[in-house]
Amino acid sequence: MPRILVLAHLTLHEALRRRVLLAALIGGGAFLILYGVGFHFIARDVGKHATLLERRIALTAITLAGLYAVNLLSVMSAVLLPVDALSGEIGTGSIQTLAAKPVRRSEIVLGKWLAYVIVVLGYLTVMAGGVLTIAAVIGKFTPPNPTAAIPLMLVEMLLLVSVSIAGGTRLSTVTNGMAAFGLYGIAFIGNWVEQIGTFVDNVAARNVGTVASLIMPAESLWQRAAWLMQPTIMRELQITPFSPASVPSPAMVWWAAGYTVVLLVVAIRGFSKRGL
Amino acid sequence: MSGLAVETHGLRKRFATKLAVADLSLSVKRGEVFGFLGPNGAGKTTSLKMLLGLVPPTAGRASLLGKPIGDRNTRARVGFLPEHFRFQDWLTGRELLRFHGRLHGIPERTLTQRSEMLLERVKLTEAADRKLREYSKGMLQRVGLAQALINEPELVFLDEPTSGLDPLGRLLVRDIIHELRGRGVTVFLNSHLLGEVEATCDRVTFVKAGRTVHDLTLGDAAAEKVEVDVRVSPLDAATREGLAKFGEVLPGMPGEDGVEAAGATAGTRLRMRIADEESLPEIARWLVSRGVSLYELKPARKSLERWFLEVIGDDQGPG
Repeated sequence: MPRILVLAHLTLHEALRRRVLLAALIGGGAFLILYGVGFHFIARDVGKHATLLERRIALTAITLAGLYAVNLLSVMSAVLLPVDALSGEIGTGSIQTLAAKPVRRSEIVLGKWLAYVIVVLGYLTVMAGGVLTIAAVIGKFTPPNPTAAIPLMLVEMLLLVSVSIAGGTRLSTVTNGMAAFGLYGIAFIGNWVEQIGTFVDNVAARNVGTVASLIMPAESLWQRAAWLMQPTIMRELQITPFSPASVPSPAMVWWAAGYTVVLLVVAIRGFSKRGL
Repeated sequence: MSGLAVETHGLRKRFATKLAVADLSLSVKRGEVFGFLGPNGAGKTTSLKMLLGLVPPTAGRASLLGKPIGDRNTRARVGFLPEHFRFQDWLTGRELLRFHGRLHGIPERTLTQRSEMLLERVKLTEAADRKLREYSKGMLQRVGLAQALINEPELVFLDEPTSGLDPLGRLLVRDIIHELRGRGVTVFLNSHLLGEVEATCDRVTFVKAGRTVHDLTLGDAAAEKVEVDVRVSPLDAATREGLAKFGEVLPGMPGEDGVEAAGATAGTRLRMRIADEESLPEIARWLVSRGVSLYELKPARKSLERWFLEVIGDDQGPG
């Protein structure tokens, strides 16, 4: 077995042994049950009284709310799960036993990265799939473009796992967690500044938001995914918090992808040179 | 193929504010059990980490098994037990060995045989399926040793391998080191337990403040002067001066020189260093001819502890 896979396997094994996956399964299951029950009552109500348009808007809003919650849970998992992957092992010294083996430092970083990407992307896929299935089964409703939108959320998580892993090559666990969430916070508030700036037609606020999204493009990916999953009328009327006034361009997706690659390369180079 | 397992020239490591290793130059022959000695903070562990490619040196060069340090393929032929061995504590002992074997790319069947054999050798077969978090300190150290040997290395670095071990555990490690020597494996032992080093090593190098300061081949009696414990009565100034003609009278260890021997033993003890054992009868004759009562005249090889104190000096406070 290639060494990257040996290392990824160990990390996955750890997630299983430490009951991380069990906790995710139980938490996720409870979330989906609660969401399903709520969806059932809303769908029943709008089925009786609302017009076709109102029904569509309500079901889109509740589906996007579900996906927004899934996005937030996945963001937390993407940052928190790998936050001590490297810094923890550097702290306890167990990395020395690993790095003295005939493995490349890059294999250590990428092995752990791969394991957490599998866990977080798997979590997001199952949870987002659960939300969409509930919408389809209970509300007989599917938002537009889910196959284009969900991959954007997956790229967002790929980016955040990479931020967390890369931070761990240099920072201590707590500092890394704070830094990763700090970056996400910039993206989050930057995006809102951009939306509101666009809404009130303030160019400066809009530019501040764009710069924030360039510093950390995570939230833009969610915004674009949410925009893709809405019918045109909701996009135009901007009637829910998920209808962005300023839609992140496809170039932002490429920026995020490039950002992830560069981040990993820089992290691997730094980790290869550092003393353990 | 180079005859040296480890070779370093002017190896140096400076951290931001501290010079950890100033100038390390040493060589270890293949098949040798080599002791690396020095007080705490002398740069032993940093030196080891540089050799293993864990810490990049600031200057100097070094090679392992004839290849420059940091060479990944060479690490496949090297074993390493870090000080205070720790690893993912949710793994069982058996899983730990299998994991490290896989990192070495050992085929599964060979790996099964080897890990069972090593578990047996470090007396952990019974505990093999228990999690590491349930292991005692000594058990962790032993499973760490097994992990260091999983690839049947040609060169093994052991950093304080007996720390945390009870006397039986120490004996086990000592036996394993003897077995490794028997198989021609080079052992690089970093330890401050001088008794252990004395019992296992062929040669030692003393390191002080990040520099190699002395090299000593153990068991090479011909190369050493003989130390003698002399117990006489009375030990007056004239006797002391007379004895000094046969060799050097050493400043005594506390409780020895010039101190009345405890308990029922009579006379005063002093320690001296003489050129060879041939002087012993002469000393006896001279003492008796002077009418001095001679209670003890015992040659002793200088212990590693004395070497240590002499080479490192007592200017160095305990670390």
